[in-house]
Amino acid sequence: MDRNASARARKLTSRWALNLALFVAMAIICLPGFWIVLNSLRPTVEIMAKPPIWIPRELNFDAYVAMFSGVGQGGIPVLEYFRNSLIISVTSTIIALAIGMAGGYAFARYRFAYKSSWFLGFMLTRTVPGIALSLPLFFIYARLGIIDTHLGMILVYVALNVPFTIWLIDGFFRQVPRDLSEAAQIDGCTRWQAFWRVEFPLARPGIASAGIFAFLTSWNEFALASQLTRSTGSKTLPVGLLDYTAEFTIDWRGMCALAVVMIIPALLLTYAVQKHLVSGLTSGAIKG
Amino acid sequence: MKAMRLPPHVMLLLPAVILLAAVILFPLLLSLWSSFTPFRLTRPDSVWQFVGLRNYTRLAGDADFWVAFGRTVLLLTLALNLEMLFGLGLALLVERASRGQRVLRTILMFPMMFSPVLVGFQFKFMFNDNVGLVNNALQSLGLTDQAIPWLIDGKLAFIAILTAEIWSSTAVFAIFILAGLMAMPRDPLEAARVDGCTPWQTFRYVTWPFLMPFAFIAMTIRSLDVARAYDIITIMTDGGPAGRTEVLWTLIARTAYSDARMGIANAMAYVAILLSIAFTAIFFRQLAKARAQVAADW
Repeated sequence: MDRNASARARKLTSRWALNLALFVAMAIICLPGFWIVLNSLRPTVEIMAKPPIWIPRELNFDAYVAMFSGVGQGGIPVLEYFRNSLIISVTSTIIALAIGMAGGYAFARYRFAYKSSWFLGFMLTRTVPGIALSLPLFFIYARLGIIDTHLGMILVYVALNVPFTIWLIDGFFRQVPRDLSEAAQIDGCTRWQAFWRVEFPLARPGIASAGIFAFLTSWNEFALASQLTRSTGSKTLPVGLLDYTAEFTIDWRGMCALAVVMIIPALLLTYAVQKHLVSGLTSGAIKG
Repeated sequence: MKAMRLPPHVMLLLPAVILLAAVILFPLLLSLWSSFTPFRLTRPDSVWQFVGLRNYTRLAGDADFWVAFGRTVLLLTLALNLEMLFGLGLALLVERASRGQRVLRTILMFPMMFSPVLVGFQFKFMFNDNVGLVNNALQSLGLTDQAIPWLIDGKLAFIAILTAEIWSSTAVFAIFILAGLMAMPRDPLEAARVDGCTPWQTFRYVTWPFLMPFAFIAMTIRSLDVARAYDIITIMTDGGPAGRTEVLWTLIARTAYSDARMGIANAMAYVAILLSIAFTAIFFRQLAKARAQVAADW
């Protein structure tokens, strides 16, 4: 009886300790985001207040209104940045997906010499630090006259995304049994038809998540964009964020508001694909 | 057109190869060349002046460069190991949770959505000595009455950057290790318990070997993109004040764009590229090894 009770007590304490640890961990994860949202809604006086004001007295959307009301109103050209980001990210994602699907399919379905070396080689191109790559690109782009253009950014983002897209899509095609496509071919499909009618629909959720991953990479990229864009004609949002820090003072509130604008698409998209992303990346690991 | 018929896998890989060759490989060759020249942006013809290894020998004797190099390696080593550790802890915690796993997993992914620039910015804000959350909290709790110069003191700034880095990337490890935990077969765990293993032994000899490939996938993905830290650091301190948080990447950016000394910056960039490749190659190796081991065991 006594032992029972103590065992139960211990179990209860460990459950509470676990829940507490979970809560603390989740709080740490959420805190920075929460802090940004909160401060985008507070007037600057309150942010700067000493001693700090913990419970907000006044919340409003002034920062967002100011941001979207254009230059001169204390805002920055957010709409242009947003448009640039969208054009560059979407276009580069579509191209990267097309190239990545071809490459991923080749890795998943064909045997060829030095396959794993090729794969490693592709991955290694991704390891080149953006800032290191920006030096020669800056020079080449300046020569070609595509610096500070959408085209230049799209090109480099496609190249940035292709290796990882190949890795992901390779994983998803591996999950589709080879027999299915063979069965379709026996039934009279060409390999091309078998791909589009059988393998592609089955791998589609995975491919979609690879696309979203590529989109987010382009959406969030900074090192290259900060050097290869100059004007509102091609600056993307991450670079635009710096507009708020140009002087000695930082407009914390405005920056927070822009941060929220940047985060929302990413948040929605990541939530939509989380499941497939992990399964695609790990499928290669278990099956080899 | 029947003469030129390449095998299908070549056709399929061709676009990727051409693109990567044009946008990554060719520029890298160019930058390799220019690392042997005294190239300055202000004098374009200096790109044709070959000076051999002069840039590299100058770098070898440059104390600032080596300090930045050492700091980069230290930052990466600390960050990757701590992220792995925290990620493992988080994954185990979430796996134990009896309820709300889906919600917890979504929250876990939260930091992954943040662009590194945003991470840098939000931690810059939180560690701000005047209006930041950290100092506000410390002062309100009465732990200190001074404004701690988080981003001004070299050591503290390093800690702040490390914190930001860990916050943003622990998620990758947690998510993959969690995926491993969920894919894990239950029988070996039961068997270990029946055989009288302590929880630690079970973890060490049954769970961990199975999780390893997942951890290495996370490591590999992470190491592909270690230079993300550049974004965070540029925003938080930009290598400053007075070079106290300078890492390889901020040094490259400063040398190339502020000082316009492209030649030597390219030499530095090559060192940075080799460093990244070394990190990735190590993890790919480990990944292959862990993969082979799991394949043999299960």
